[in-house]
Amino acid sequence: MNPQAIIDGLISGSTIGLGAIGLTLTYSILRFANFTHGDFLAWGAYLTLTVAGVLGGLAAGLGAPLTPFSFGWGLPLAVLGGVVLTVALALGLDRVLFGRLRARGADAIIIVMASFGASMALRSLLEFIFTAKPAYFTKALQIAKPLGLGMRATPDQLLVIGLTAVLVLMLHLLVTHSAIGRAMRAVSENPALAGVFGVDVDKVVRVTWIIGASMACLAGVMAGLLVQIRPYMGFDLLLPLFAAAILGGIGSIPGAMLGGLIIGLTEAFAVQIIGAEWRAAISFIILVLVLMLRPQGLFGRKGA
Amino acid sequence: MEILAYAAFFLTVALTYAIMCLGLNVQWGQTGLFNVGIAGFVGIGAYVSAALTTPDVAERIGGFGLPIAVGWLAAMAAGGLLALAVGLLTLRMRSDYLAITTFGIAVALQLVFQNAESLTGGAFGMAFIPRPFAGLQGQAFAFNVINLALTAAVVLVCYLLLEHLLRSPWGRALRAVREDETAAQALGKNPVLLRIQAFALGGVIMALAGAVQAHFIGFIAPGNYLPMMTFQVWAMLIVGGSGNNRGAILGAVLVWAIWALSGALISEVFPADQQARAASLQIVAIGVMLCVILLWRPQGILPEVRSVSRHLGRRNKDR
Repeated sequence: MNPQAIIDGLISGSTIGLGAIGLTLTYSILRFANFTHGDFLAWGAYLTLTVAGVLGGLAAGLGAPLTPFSFGWGLPLAVLGGVVLTVALALGLDRVLFGRLRARGADAIIIVMASFGASMALRSLLEFIFTAKPAYFTKALQIAKPLGLGMRATPDQLLVIGLTAVLVLMLHLLVTHSAIGRAMRAVSENPALAGVFGVDVDKVVRVTWIIGASMACLAGVMAGLLVQIRPYMGFDLLLPLFAAAILGGIGSIPGAMLGGLIIGLTEAFAVQIIGAEWRAAISFIILVLVLMLRPQGLFGRKGA
Repeated sequence: MEILAYAAFFLTVALTYAIMCLGLNVQWGQTGLFNVGIAGFVGIGAYVSAALTTPDVAERIGGFGLPIAVGWLAAMAAGGLLALAVGLLTLRMRSDYLAITTFGIAVALQLVFQNAESLTGGAFGMAFIPRPFAGLQGQAFAFNVINLALTAAVVLVCYLLLEHLLRSPWGRALRAVREDETAAQALGKNPVLLRIQAFALGGVIMALAGAVQAHFIGFIAPGNYLPMMTFQVWAMLIVGGSGNNRGAILGAVLVWAIWALSGALISEVFPADQQARAASLQIVAIGVMLCVILLWRPQGILPEVRSVSRHLGRRNKDR
């Protein structure tokens, strides 16, 4: 077995884990399986690309690569803009669609259906605006540096893994140690009761979308930086995202991250055995196994 | 004559979607089961029937040259077994786990259609699927009309059977479980068993739709069974009116007409090199339409017919 699979798995697992955080939070707090979440990843990547294009037009120096990375100051700045726009997209969608259905007391499954329709519309809109042709943040080629034990990684890849670790730690502390984190946990336990006890449920909903959409945007940018940007990128990640969220246990941020890493690593190893064309089936198999053996997931409680 | 032949062709395709819609109506409309993997169930029906009925080919397993009717029956069995497996796995759990699992089924089957070349022909698909009344293929009009009659007959049989079932005690128990599971349970109904039965019946009908469509067109490829198909069938049922079998058929014909007309419009308006791009606008339009209907008229054009006494008061505001 080629040890390089460990690095490859950690890298794609970071993206899946970050994406699954938003999914697991909306799932536990808003109580529906959000099929548009994959499209937030893709929109995040394209919005960041657009902002980078605008910035690049304003200041040429922003494009010069920051050694050892393949991108210049333009990208980190653009990501900030991309995150803000992706959050606006998520909040806007909640306002016109999900929030209205919630207010009407619609069944969770009706909201899932609406998210399925919105997902198709969002993805095809990206395809219309940017065409199906892949896009790239940078054209620079990076040489993978040896890490020992026969593993290699580019500086960009190592940055992605490190940044993911920092983000997940910060989010975990936020949810476990802050007032808003307590409020989020209260709402995920019982929204009606939390409201009675003075928790601002609307604020919790907003924070949930803000965290979920920001992480989705970052995950989309990472996937775009390491592979490429395509309108279908989020849709193709949807099954791994769901599998990671369910494997980790709905509502758990460390669980989503760990689920993502497990799926990334399993994919990377399985690709060597059964071939890359079956990659997308891995998350399905993991999903089915989790549902059969431990439907509450690794960090979930029974009856969730 | 040409336009009539096209009309017959158009209606035949629309009616194959109507069969899928009827299958979805058993699952969603009557039972409230959210299946996001319709394309997978339709695809397995198409592939199973094609594998059994096509003539022998060197590069592929299968090709038994069996009669079309055998293919249809086998397709129904395959769709039913698949739905049974999914139902047994997920229907005890939260309702959206079914959505995620069926989505996964469709993705996984799509990979099988694409990559299991010795079974499915891979990306090139399967050709030479026998068409009903193939002897008439030379005369476009007669061929299309007789196939329309055959497909309409399948729709009619499904419709009558489902109407009968839904007015039976079984159908009433299904709706009881959908409306108030605890009450149904208290009356001695087994909700999980009823759901699994309804889900399997829906799977049987969807797979039949796939087989009928495959034999009418004569050629199948993995690209026919993308999530797009699932999405179209959903839009059809919601537009027509979920819970209403006539609504399911009406919605299928109507949405297919909108789809075909908007496609024709795009090929008129946009230059050739922009058409693939403009086609994605069609999908945006259907997606927005689905969301708008869910927001403003969730019951669709033909609302579900009340099958309980009207003295029982208003119910079911979301559907």
